[in-house]
Formats: sequence, structure tokens, C-alpha cells
Amino acid sequence: MRLSPDEMIFWQHGLFKLNGTIVFTWALMFVLAVGSKLITLKLSTGLERSRWQSLLEIVVTGIEKQIEDVGLRHPEKYIGFLGTLFLFVALASLCTIIPGFEPPTGSLSTTAALALCVLVAVPFFGIEEQGLAGYLKSYVEPTVIMLPFNIISELSRTLALAVRLFGNMMSGTMILAILLTITPFIFPIAMSVLGLLTGMVQAYIFSILAAVYIASATRVRNPKPEPAAKL
Amino acid sequence: MDSITLIAMASIVTAGLTIALGSIGPALGEGRAVATALSSLAQQPDSATTITRTLFVGLAMIESIAIYCFVVSMILIFANPFWNHIIAQAAGK
Repeated sequence: MRLSPDEMIFWQHGLFKLNGTIVFTWALMFVLAVGSKLITLKLSTGLERSRWQSLLEIVVTGIEKQIEDVGLRHPEKYIGFLGTLFLFVALASLCTIIPGFEPPTGSLSTTAALALCVLVAVPFFGIEEQGLAGYLKSYVEPTVIMLPFNIISELSRTLALAVRLFGNMMSGTMILAILLTITPFIFPIAMSVLGLLTGMVQAYIFSILAAVYIASATRVRNPKPEPAAKL
Repeated sequence: MDSITLIAMASIVTAGLTIALGSIGPALGEGRAVATALSSLAQQPDSATTITRTLFVGLAMIESIAIYCFVVSMILIFANPFWNHIIAQAAGK
């Protein structure tokens, strides 16, 4: 019973193993990067545009609006990171329709890597927005006693992100595999539709949680008093 | 009862109990969350998007508790280190 795409070995040479996770991750990266590059080769701002460009515009403006709703004021600074998280996880779960494809997010390595990216990104954006001293001061709010709890909460948030995504993806593929051995036709199709739904919801959740963590690290704590209007 | 039987029995029973007991709490919590979200949607339909988004985020956090129990259960059944160790010992003898 295969627990994760880590165990599908495509090619092996000594210590280097090309397993399913690596192959599917690179396939997804290839599709996203090359697809976007091809679509954006000829951008048009007039009324006539290709449908692929409209599709990309819908996706990008949708993500921008969500980021703004969460409370990040300049979404263009964060959309590279957050949009990539969402698109990667969403495409990974969407492609489970393709026979033979195992989502790379079904392996704890991939989800741990994504969660570590968020762990690094939150201080990065926080320091960029508030300076090193301002960001570090946020750890001792509201009192100094909260310092260990704030640190622990950072680490446990990251762990929760990784395990949540891994658990959802792995359970989807595993339920499907188990059901296929029991009732071959109708029920696995229903479960695979459910797996698609939970995959998209988990992609949304992952990126929204990352956005919320970044927003809490970059929000202005002591708003400067407005300068008096010159009459 | 020898060790192999004991380990197998304990793993199976614990796996079943983990997922059974571990799904009760999250299910109750999610039910309450959705009920409250529905009543606040009925009170203020204008903030439907905010309420829906917050509901989904909250549901995901509650769901992750059930996911943790599921992962432990799966580990006990499929990647059990005690079972692997005792089988390796029995095979080596």
C-alpha cells in the first residue's frame, strides 16, 4: 500500500533516486511556467484578447482581491509568493484527474517544504515592512512573558500547515485506492470528485492562511499621527 | 501471548480507536461553526463573502485536528515502526 509518491521510483542510480514526488513536481512547474510564458508572449490591452489571457487575468485579479481582503495593502508585493502557493497546490490537486498522476503534495516532503517557505516568508515580509527592530518587538507584545509562546506559535503554525495539507491530499488518494479494491465503479468516482473539492479548498486555505500570517506580521501597530493640515 | 501478537493487537485497536474518538470533537465543532455562520449570514447578508471566507478558514483549522488523528491512525496501520522492528527481528532469527 503506497503511502506517498515518494515510493514510486522512476529511475535510480546509486544514491540519486528520481521518485514520483520529484517528477510530478517538476512536471507541474513546467506546465505552470511554460504555459504562462506562452500566454503572456503577446499581451493586448485592447478589447480583443485571447481567451487564455482572459483566463490568466481572472485568476490574477481574483487572487489580488483576496489578498487585499485579508488586509495586505499592496497586493502586488505579495502576489508572487501567495499566488504561486495557491496555483501550485490547486494545479496539483486538479491534475489528479489525469490517470497515473499522484499529487506531489501527498508527500510530507513537499508540504513541509511549502510550510518552511511560509515560515521564512513571514519574517522576511515583516522585516521589509517594519524594519528589524519593529518586527522583533512584535514578539514581545503584549508583554515579555509572551515571548516563548509567540515563538512556539510560529513553529506550530508551520507544522499545522504542513500536516494539514499532507493529511488532506494523502487521505484523498488513499481512500480512492482502498475503494477501488472494494467497489470498482460508481463510488470511487464520487470520492474522486470529493477529493477534487477538498483539494481546491485546501489550496485556498493554505494560501489564505499564509496571507493572514504575513498580514499579522506586517500590520502597522502604532499609526503615526496625521500631520496638521496647513490652512 | 508473544510480542508479535501483542504489537499487532495493540496497533490495530489503537488505530481504530484513534480515528473513532478523534473524529467526534472536530465534527461537533464544525457543526457549531457552520450553524453560527448561517445565523450571522441571515442577520447580515451583505458581509457574505467575509463570513464565508472566515468560515472556511475556521473549518480548515478544526478539520486539521481530525487530520492529525487520521495521520496517526495511518501510521499505525501502514508505517508502524514497532511492527517493522519486530518483523525484522523475527525474520532475522
